[in-house]
Amino acid sequence: MPQYLIAIQHPEDYDPSLEGEAMIRDIAALNEEMDAAGARFFAGGLESARHARSLRKQPGGGVSITDGPYLEAKEHVGGFWILDCADLDEALAWGRKAVVACRVPVEVRAFLRIRPKRESPGRGGSA
Amino acid sequence: MSGVHETIEAVWRIEATRLIAAIARVVRDVGLAEELAQEALVTALEVWPEEGIPDRPGAWLMTAAKRRAIDALRRGRMLERKHVELGLELERQQERLGDALDHALDEVIDDDVLRLVFTACHPVLPVEGRIALTLRLIGGLTTAEIARAFLVPEKTLGQRISRAKKTLAEAHVPFETPRGDELNRRVESVLTVVYIIFNEGYTATAGEEWMRTALSEEALRLGRILRRLLPGESEVHALIALMELQASRSAARRGPDGEAVLLPDQDRSLWDRAQIQRGFAALERAQRLGGGARPYALQASIAACHMRARTAEETDWGRIVLLYDALLQVLPSPVVALNRAVAVGMAWGPAAGLDELDAATALAGESATASYHLFPSVRGDFLRKLGRLSEARDEIRRALAMTKNLRERELLEKRLRQWEKATPSA
Repeated sequence: MPQYLIAIQHPEDYDPSLEGEAMIRDIAALNEEMDAAGARFFAGGLESARHARSLRKQPGGGVSITDGPYLEAKEHVGGFWILDCADLDEALAWGRKAVVACRVPVEVRAFLRIRPKRESPGRGGSA
Repeated sequence: MSGVHETIEAVWRIEATRLIAAIARVVRDVGLAEELAQEALVTALEVWPEEGIPDRPGAWLMTAAKRRAIDALRRGRMLERKHVELGLELERQQERLGDALDHALDEVIDDDVLRLVFTACHPVLPVEGRIALTLRLIGGLTTAEIARAFLVPEKTLGQRISRAKKTLAEAHVPFETPRGDELNRRVESVLTVVYIIFNEGYTATAGEEWMRTALSEEALRLGRILRRLLPGESEVHALIALMELQASRSAARRGPDGEAVLLPDQDRSLWDRAQIQRGFAALERAQRLGGGARPYALQASIAACHMRARTAEETDWGRIVLLYDALLQVLPSPVVALNRAVAVGMAWGPAAGLDELDAATALAGESATASYHLFPSVRGDFLRKLGRLSEARDEIRRALAMTKNLRERELLEKRLRQWEKATPSA
């Protein structure tokens, strides 16, 4: 079954301490509903992007680690679901519910599906 | 961009089960609940394209269903329903029904959905009725979708569903979860329905390809719903394992032109590793729950033996024979015996396999095996390996006379041609 990412977009200055009880209840109810529909593959919230670390490969070799998000952006992913859905329409229908429950925009993206490579006749390499 | 109708259909898919379960709890009648929910959907199809999809579509649909329910009560459609207390004036009845439905969706609990599953798969229904009702009530599929998947006219399927609902009503099937010994038997009936839906998508070769895949995926989804509802039932986990392990081979089962590729010839790099891991995990769960020797767990264990082998030659056929021995104990059938004979042939050679097959055929009786093309097909394969080519070809011709399935005929004809080429003198 195709899988979809529903990423919750928190504004840069998002303050999770302001999440009301109603919102927490709505999200819990949505999680329940996703489970009941056999759709929820994974869900998780992320710590604030302020606490992110960014890793970059150095030109001379080695990897540098800096505090803070990789990109200065107006929104950061605050959490996400991975859902098993029949199609994009269903993922979008869950996305609608997620927007209502989380009170912020979400982004819906399909996971790449690995399709068998059909090479022209002739020997492929090993493995 | 998807159209508004696709959006409504998708919303319906995720709302339908809870909606129907909630209404059924109040009106105590699955058939009526389904009708009321359908009528609410029809209203949504009229209103939503104009006014937009509401924020809480489930609550919206419930309000629409409530209006229909009160209407039905007024017109006497619920006359015989248990909750209608005689003597209570109609207005009071309406009020009560309305209140109950207003709260029903907030209170809908897993038990309601479970009751819905057990009712849809009730043994009083013919198997095809159970399948149609399950896909409709729990899968949220439309009649048209189910009809397309099973290659029957929409009208036929519509009749199948109304007949099933009528049967449930006439048999006074209660909206409840069975208990005790009854529970085991009923869980079995539910699992059978789910596995038939899976196989319909997995093994059939006719029909629209995407709809077939959708059926298998729907069966897996139903399995996951059941796992949540019945977490202690080992066979639920085992069936999920079996379905995941079989589905993990999907990409390798068809060649470039859509032809069937059998297990030994499959490119194992095309197997879906993540899905295999999910299958293994589900099987382990079934075994930890103490159900390792039950039918679906044994079938999943056999599938797992295949999945563990990196090449066809590495397959542990000796272990597979043992698993089939155990499976024959709990699920004795000619087909299991046939599969065991194949495994014996792989483990100890074609002569041993042929003996097993002939013993199985004798035990099952001619009539049980006469209509199943795999018996002569497998027998032909053993005979060829033993060098008895003209007998082998006779068996393949027998098999050809037994199957109408195009893909299987292609496979058999190809084999026959190859064997004829190999021995021009015989």
